[in-house]
Amino acid sequence: MFAYALRRVVATIPVMAVVALFVFSLLYISPGDPAAVIAGDQATPQDVERIRASLGLDRPYLIRFGDWVWSIMRGDLGTSIFTNLPVSTMIAQRIEPTLSLMVITLILALSIAIPMGVIAAWKQGTWIDRSVMGFAVLGFSVPVFVVGYVLAYVFALELDWLPVQGYTPFARGVWPWFQNLILPAIALGGVYIALIARITRATMLEVLQQDYIRTARAKGVGQRGILFLHALKNAAVPIVTVVGIGVALLIGGAVVTESVFAIPGLGRLTVDAILRRDYPVIQGVILLFSFVYVLVNLLIDLLYTLFDPRIRY
Amino acid sequence: MSTSTLQRTLGPGDVAVAAPMPDILPPVKVRRGFLGFLYRNPTIAVGGGLMLLIIAMAVLAPLLWTVDPTALAPARRTREPSAMYWFGTDMLGRDVYSRVLYGARVSLIVGFAVAFFASVIGLTIGLISGFVRWADAIIMRIMDGLMSIPSILLAIALMALTRGSVGNVILAITIAEIPRVSRLVRGVVLSLREQPYVDAAVASGTSTPRIILRHILPNTLAPLTVQATYICASAMIAESILSFIGAGTPPIIPSWGNIMAEGRALWQVKPYIVFFPAIFLSLTVLAVNLLGDGLRDALDPRMAKRV
Repeated sequence: MFAYALRRVVATIPVMAVVALFVFSLLYISPGDPAAVIAGDQATPQDVERIRASLGLDRPYLIRFGDWVWSIMRGDLGTSIFTNLPVSTMIAQRIEPTLSLMVITLILALSIAIPMGVIAAWKQGTWIDRSVMGFAVLGFSVPVFVVGYVLAYVFALELDWLPVQGYTPFARGVWPWFQNLILPAIALGGVYIALIARITRATMLEVLQQDYIRTARAKGVGQRGILFLHALKNAAVPIVTVVGIGVALLIGGAVVTESVFAIPGLGRLTVDAILRRDYPVIQGVILLFSFVYVLVNLLIDLLYTLFDPRIRY
Repeated sequence: MSTSTLQRTLGPGDVAVAAPMPDILPPVKVRRGFLGFLYRNPTIAVGGGLMLLIIAMAVLAPLLWTVDPTALAPARRTREPSAMYWFGTDMLGRDVYSRVLYGARVSLIVGFAVAFFASVIGLTIGLISGFVRWADAIIMRIMDGLMSIPSILLAIALMALTRGSVGNVILAITIAEIPRVSRLVRGVVLSLREQPYVDAAVASGTSTPRIILRHILPNTLAPLTVQATYICASAMIAESILSFIGAGTPPIIPSWGNIMAEGRALWQVKPYIVFFPAIFLSLTVLAVNLLGDGLRDALDPRMAKRV
């Protein structure tokens, strides 16, 4: 087990190296002089020179990449061109809303999608199954921001049950914090729910064909026990894998959801950075998101034994 | 279900008698040709029909009672939908109906172009990776790296480098989609290489290019077609997201994402500016997804019962 874990951890190093090289190269694969790109259209030649010196563009590419990686290892993600604040500080300021949104979405999505998939598989071929599958196709088709606007229009503007937009820090009370995040979480969760419900249904259909399910039925296990204890346990590995892969959808969706609901999180930071061409911030955010994504999937890989004790490494 | 029915119908001591079989089975009506195919695959019929309707709408936009989608009319700003302005006007007085119809062109072009280029490039990379051992390790490490950047973020990052144009949007989304396609093709190639008929072809001295062309390529087309449909759908969503956050199609070209981005500031008082393009975008993506699901079921009957 330990050897396997070590191998998996080591295997993520080349992946992260490719990500880092790509993110670092972003500036240099753009057409034109990176210093001029950063300086923008209204820069004087002195500005361009100053930025070129600060980037160390006079030194060889791989040495610069090495320096850059070394400084990231020490937690230094560079300095924002727009605000002159360290990128790590800016990320730290914005991380709470995004993290809150993702955690709520994750909990919401899992608690809706898995029962949905299980019930659809149980009632295969009935109208319940067909409506779950129909919902899944809709979930894949309606973009995040469309769901966001419809929800905000109905529940915030028309019914006035929830705030239209904004964010309240967790420290100012759990309820106001939660209230602001319900609608964004539902909007963001749509695709994720569709994805998980579909894979849950598919895996459950396969598992329910197995002999041990018939045995369980024969010895008198109730329907709920069969579905949620015997079958779901054995269907866990593919479901958990998709939950991990789907985190990419959550990250991408957060960028949009935060714009719709005016949540001052990392997604909003990314959009602002792109509009201002604030490259160090763009690089920092992409690096962080990718790192989290790789880490989540690594953890899930390592947790397989927990979900399915038959898996031994 | 079966156990409970048995318990109800069979008491102790009863004898189960099978219902008599009819002597002659009714003739099975097999519909042939294209219409028969559509009849057997209603999902393709619905998705494809909707798709054709949207394509017709985009192509025929000038004939469908539209006006110049970029014509400004400051005096007629933010009119509610009416007989005169079917979908109302935006904050610059432009006709939302005309903008939405013309906007379909951007979504369709981006969707189809990305699906095409990502498939062709992904197919090439996948074939190389599946056949050239030393290249495989390098290519797959790069693809793994690119795949660990959420694809919309990857596209956003690439758009940040360039000025917004439809061509750049296509390029950025294509690059973000390539890793998935090449992984798919590589997987298919690796499993096909183990097939006896490929061994037979190798043994009889067939050249590698000929094996790829005659034995491998045709077998990758079915999964690739299905994948291309899904890429088309996700490219349309990606284009609208890029435009919506201001890093996509330039604002002078009406695209559904742009119309929504511009309507964003006013959406609480004039929600129709956001909702009309939103409905059209969702319907279009739905059509493509239905087409993809239908094709998957039709092309790979083994998959049909699964996901």
